[in-house]
Amino acid sequence: MKTVLSLELSLINYSVKGLGYGANLLMVRLGCKGEGEVFHSDELVARLRRIALQLRRDVLKMTTKAGSGHPGGSLSAADIITALYFHHLRHDPKNPKWEDRDRFILSKGHSCPVLYAALARCGYFPVEELWRLRKIGSMLQGHPDMLKTPGVEASTGNLGQGLSIGIGMALAARLDGKDYRVYVMLGDGELDEGQVWEAAMAASHFRLNNITAIVDYNGLQLDGFTEDIMSLEPLAEKWRAFGWHTIEIDGHNMRQILDALDMAVMVKGKPTAIIAHTVKGKGVSFMENRVEFHGKALTEEQLRKALEELRWEG
Amino acid sequence: MREKAYTRDAYGRTLIELGRIRKEIVVLDADLSTSTRTAWFGREFPDRFFNFGVAEANMMSAAAGLASSGKIPFVSTFAVFATGRAYNQYRTSIAYPNLNVKIVATHSGISVGEDGPTHFCIEDIAIMRALPNTTVLVPADAVETEAAVKASVDHYGPVYIRLSRPKLPVIYEEGYRWRGEKLTFRIGGSVTLREGEDVTLVASGLMVSRALDAAEALAREGIEAAVIDLYSIKPIDRETLTEAARRTGAIVTCEEHNVCGGVGSAVAEVLVETVPVPMEMVGVKDTFAESGSMEDLLTKYGLTSKDIVEAAKRVIKRKS
Repeated sequence: MKTVLSLELSLINYSVKGLGYGANLLMVRLGCKGEGEVFHSDELVARLRRIALQLRRDVLKMTTKAGSGHPGGSLSAADIITALYFHHLRHDPKNPKWEDRDRFILSKGHSCPVLYAALARCGYFPVEELWRLRKIGSMLQGHPDMLKTPGVEASTGNLGQGLSIGIGMALAARLDGKDYRVYVMLGDGELDEGQVWEAAMAASHFRLNNITAIVDYNGLQLDGFTEDIMSLEPLAEKWRAFGWHTIEIDGHNMRQILDALDMAVMVKGKPTAIIAHTVKGKGVSFMENRVEFHGKALTEEQLRKALEELRWEG
Repeated sequence: MREKAYTRDAYGRTLIELGRIRKEIVVLDADLSTSTRTAWFGREFPDRFFNFGVAEANMMSAAAGLASSGKIPFVSTFAVFATGRAYNQYRTSIAYPNLNVKIVATHSGISVGEDGPTHFCIEDIAIMRALPNTTVLVPADAVETEAAVKASVDHYGPVYIRLSRPKLPVIYEEGYRWRGEKLTFRIGGSVTLREGEDVTLVASGLMVSRALDAAEALAREGIEAAVIDLYSIKPIDRETLTEAARRTGAIVTCEEHNVCGGVGSAVAEVLVETVPVPMEMVGVKDTFAESGSMEDLLTKYGLTSKDIVEAAKRVIKRKS
């Protein structure tokens, strides 16, 4: 249930660990007035962090088994994908085509290993399927295929198209008087595509408050740092200029992710963009912030080391 | 002399007719709705009409999202933009997942005229028929346009319908009849407009009326030409084409499109596997052409009935 009794806005200054910069976070604390409770319990946050760890392990195992794939951007997206599939989204793994389900589109389709891991762990298909990633005859293609994989909402991977697809879904919801919501995750490198900004313009033009864009801002794209390849800054100002309510968060802070997703639901008359500051390869010391793990699987030896690091420590 | 009518007018009218009974139809345009006639639907059903501005890529992918949510989107713009500006969006967001999107592109070919080669589209049939899951239809006149648009709605999956800018001679009688006989527009079908034993003229779109004129001119010289309106380029009517090749032993294809990859190529792909016979291709000979009046262009670039007559005579000489 997303029923909220009161909405308290607070401006919190925080800095993202590891990236060394500060940012203003317009954060929403959703609480039950009178009791002063934090809306998202510590138990929930701990449960989601555990699941995110499991997804990271899955991602590395499946890509190493496949011998290829995109682990770096999967790890940066893992916490957000976890928050969506294991708490925020209204969905039913036993009924993937349920008409009233929320839709999630992974526009940065190359990060599908983490989406597949989430779908499998939710129960859309058996976990064993993960180990057949990218193999001939598998339901898990190198990039998302909505016909082959239960739970995949759009065939993506040619960057720049997911937000537009999401606009179509959001318009359909409005036409049908349905209250489902659409979530689109974009990569930061993907924002180089002009179509993203066509879509950004259109979503606010159509006053779509049922769509949320989430930017996985890990600062790296295939050829190097985004600021070297094609600078994005000032990114939040760009989204605001295009008419979006824009929130910046630490994309690895589970509580901030949950709060931002809830806040997007409350915004009226305009779409919401969540710029999630993340770390490519997050969770594995030798992968973090390293461009070479954009599109390369770990060796068996690297995998063993990585899995040692990815252990639950509470 | 046949009467003339805009195929895009027929499209605009048919959309409204369909929109009244099929509530799941939505229409998308990219700031060309006045020209494509989708504005007519927009006036009738403002809630189901979306103008995306001059942003074809966004429009095309948005159609995918609407289709995957149960709508039947009709997406319209000029052919050069529908297949050129939004090619990858169509390919990846729509054709690959086999979504139920109808793309109706106007201003195809060189009959666009004065606007010139930047706005011509002589490659769209080649592009679209190369994509799996895609149906490619090229109606010959306003009457057949109505039939094609209606048939596209009854077919699940992506359909590309190619229309023209200028008025085209009306070939069919009202209600889609040919010489009184009621026709059925079938995806993968064709219409044999005229029987003949010496050569078969296989035409599509604007070239169908020219092929009929050519057949009459040939008849005056004692040459009997069959004429086929090949309105469905993909899937293609293999049986009719094969039978025509077997019977007449010579084929002339007529298209307002580049001869690379278009109707002639599609017909040749069938006949090399079934009944290989001499063929001639009347079409744009791999050039971008230039600005000019429609008639001047069609004459200069070899798309008149006279060009078809000459091609027919050449191909008959090559018969063994």
